[in-house]
Amino acid sequence: MKGISEGAPVGKVNLVHTISQKLGPLLGLLILFVIVSVLNPSFLEPLNILNLLRQVAINALIAFGMTFVILTGGIDLSVGAILALSSSLMAGMIVSGVDPILAILIGCVLGALMGVVNGLLITKGKMAPFIATLATMTILRGLTLVYTEGNPITGLGDHYLFQLFGRGYFLGIPVPAVTMILTFVVLYILLHKTPFGRKTYAIGGNEKAALISGIKVPNVKVMIYALSGLLSALAGAILTSRLNSAQPTAGTSYELDAIAAVVLGGTSLSGGKGRIFGTLIGALIIGTLNNGLNLLGVSSFYQMVVKGIVIIIAVLLDRKKAA
Amino acid sequence: MHISMQNIHKAFGMNQVLTGVNFELKDGEVHALMGENGAGKSTMMNILTGLHTCDHGTILIDGKETYFKNPKEAEKNGITFIHQELNIWPDMTVLENLFIGKELKNSLGLLKLKEMRALAKKQFDRLAVSIPLDKEAGSCSVGEQQMIEIAKALMTNAKVIIMDEPTAALTEREISKLFEVIAALKQDGVSIVYISHRMEEIFAICDRITVMRDGKTVDTKRIPDTNFDEVVRKMVGRELTDRFPKRQSKPGELLLQVKGLTKKGVFQDVGFSVRSGEIVGVSGLMGAGRTEIMRAIFGLETVDSGEIWLNGKKVNIQSPDQAVKLGIGFITEDRKDEGLILDFSIKENMVLPTLRSFAPKGIIKEKSEKDFVEMLIKRLTVKTESADIAVGKLSGGNQQKVVIAKWVGIGPKVLILDEPTRGVDVGAKREIYQLMNELTERGVAIIMVSSELPEILGMSDRILVVHEGKITGELAKEEATQEKIMKLATGGQ
Ligand SMILES: Nc1ncnc2c1ncn2[C@@H]1O[C@H](COP(=O)(O)OP(=O)(O)OP(=O)(O)O)[C@@H](O)[C@H]1O
Ligand SMILES: [Mg+2]
Repeated sequence: MKGISEGAPVGKVNLVHTISQKLGPLLGLLILFVIVSVLNPSFLEPLNILNLLRQVAINALIAFGMTFVILTGGIDLSVGAILALSSSLMAGMIVSGVDPILAILIGCVLGALMGVVNGLLITKGKMAPFIATLATMTILRGLTLVYTEGNPITGLGDHYLFQLFGRGYFLGIPVPAVTMILTFVVLYILLHKTPFGRKTYAIGGNEKAALISGIKVPNVKVMIYALSGLLSALAGAILTSRLNSAQPTAGTSYELDAIAAVVLGGTSLSGGKGRIFGTLIGALIIGTLNNGLNLLGVSSFYQMVVKGIVIIIAVLLDRKKAA
Repeated sequence: MHISMQNIHKAFGMNQVLTGVNFELKDGEVHALMGENGAGKSTMMNILTGLHTCDHGTILIDGKETYFKNPKEAEKNGITFIHQELNIWPDMTVLENLFIGKELKNSLGLLKLKEMRALAKKQFDRLAVSIPLDKEAGSCSVGEQQMIEIAKALMTNAKVIIMDEPTAALTEREISKLFEVIAALKQDGVSIVYISHRMEEIFAICDRITVMRDGKTVDTKRIPDTNFDEVVRKMVGRELTDRFPKRQSKPGELLLQVKGLTKKGVFQDVGFSVRSGEIVGVSGLMGAGRTEIMRAIFGLETVDSGEIWLNGKKVNIQSPDQAVKLGIGFITEDRKDEGLILDFSIKENMVLPTLRSFAPKGIIKEKSEKDFVEMLIKRLTVKTESADIAVGKLSGGNQQKVVIAKWVGIGPKVLILDEPTRGVDVGAKREIYQLMNELTERGVAIIMVSSELPEILGMSDRILVVHEGKITGELAKEEATQEKIMKLATGGQ
């Protein structure tokens, strides 16, 4: 349907609503924190919290990019595959003697280029994002297996900075968590304080009106998919460093965790509405669930069931608020 | 059916919209509802038909207290509402739109397509429209979509039809057909609530008029007992002088030239020019291709051949961003679908084409953005409590002002306005005209597409008439009359 009739309630302007909209995911996270720490007090130990942050970083980084994509009304299914291929390429370069830090940089650029391909298929090729990224996901997965011949790439040496990237600490905080927070700050500013961010929302809100207002919609979209690719590659670099190897099947179904984080954070899949802070919280919720359920000794089979149920509850609550 | 609404109150959050409205609709009358943008006309009718609930007040239908739970229930009980903002499912065909939710089915649950077609055809014939039933509704012009909505309402066999600005996007031909239909409906005892900002129409077809101001009903009178001036005075609370304010500026040098613009099957060999400080009116019937020509100039539509010259230089406009960069603004006829992002605030909508200039160092400067928007809101007298309210919550006319403000904000060299005063009240119309005058004084070249002949005649320096994709005539201000325009618009018959 084209829209609601004039005067139809678009949403109430009352304070309670605004607050619950903004703090809903945060509230959910707090409740989860309380439940888990009551069931197992060791959850709150500093070491575990730091560990949790490190675990969350990879999903959060990917989910940040996914937030931009979903805000434009798109979706990126290829993030896990981009992670795997760029991780393998980085590892390959390191093994063949390239400086590890340079290898990470090149890997990130390649990840961004894979995103550009997604963007071009969607804008120039006029393909639905779901289809385009489903196809590239399959292709990139295939290329990863071709490149690695299905075997992990190991023997990455013991370059200090490189190892720090996935395993180290900075002022007592895991480096991946630091990377996540710095990236969050940059992206927060990009999304909420710059023309680029405004255009992202505009495209999701009404693409036609955005175009007519002189926004280069195709360019913005390509950049957004490139950003998503870049962040996936960055997450890949962290994973490579942490494992000190590249796994050809790394990042499998990471796209689903990322989408889940975005949705848990209150971003609407139809585009135009949502916040990157919500995504950070969403990623923390998923991380807390994983971590907490592990601590409580719940089998990983049940963990999946619980995660799915949490997503359903979150979306239902969100719907209720909107009504 | 006799309807009586008494002492209706309604607030949206902190915004008290209706404060004691009284309205009475008799059997078989055509009752006009007039009032400035945001006076509460649409809201009042939305309360009657159950989209909104009133905070307090009484609604009597045939003497019995009745409060509909939703528009569907109202329709079942014989009250149909043709909304101001069209509700078209753009990806469905015209036929599917006509029968949405009311499909005719046989005992097996299959659609009775033949019958549906015949019924649709009958309504279209009655309104003299010839839109193909299998056309995708989204590709219909706003005028055509309006006719679809009217036909849809006629099929409900309602006893009361509420028409909220039905003619805002229609041209003379469709309007006169609609009026014939209204007269026939009246004969059959159907009552009609007719909301419009077009004074001539109200005096031509209505029996009584109710005027609203600031959420109150000011007066109800029989049409023969009142006149234009009294209605306007009651509406705006003051005397309004000339409808079309005088302009000082004289057209200057050539600014925009269009040469031999052709898109096969849509428009052919279109050529015209606009000087700086000049207003060129573009007239024509619905579907003549006026909007398509403007979209092509703005880079929204590809052409087969033709050239566009700006300031004596040939330009190549492939997409709207290039047009905007060259200083061309385009106020589209369809504000909901193309002009605005309804979930965005007034502020965010207004600065959309000029975002860059608020972020010289990459970060948007909220203060200068806010000042700029406050200035535009004042300049166009947008009725709102704050610039941060979602545009979708404004009344129709105020939404239109936001679209205009957005384009005035780019400081355009050429401004194309497609139906600029659609759904705008008399006072605000005059403000928009005044604004157009001021822009011409600053040397802006204006192209105004309009279906409202008085507006074309009152505002243009020159008038182009389009018929079936060709410019069939050009009239200077002095020689133009309604008759001459209509003759050219219909191809000389
Ligand atoms: N859903 C809503 N939420 C909040 N405010 C609303 C809503 N619908 C309408 N309003 C406000 O109610 C007031 C009256 O709006 P309404 O649409 O009834 O005006 P109108 O008389 O139909 O004007 P117009 O001639 O411009 O169509 C406006 O100030 C508008 O902003
Ligand atoms: Mg209205």
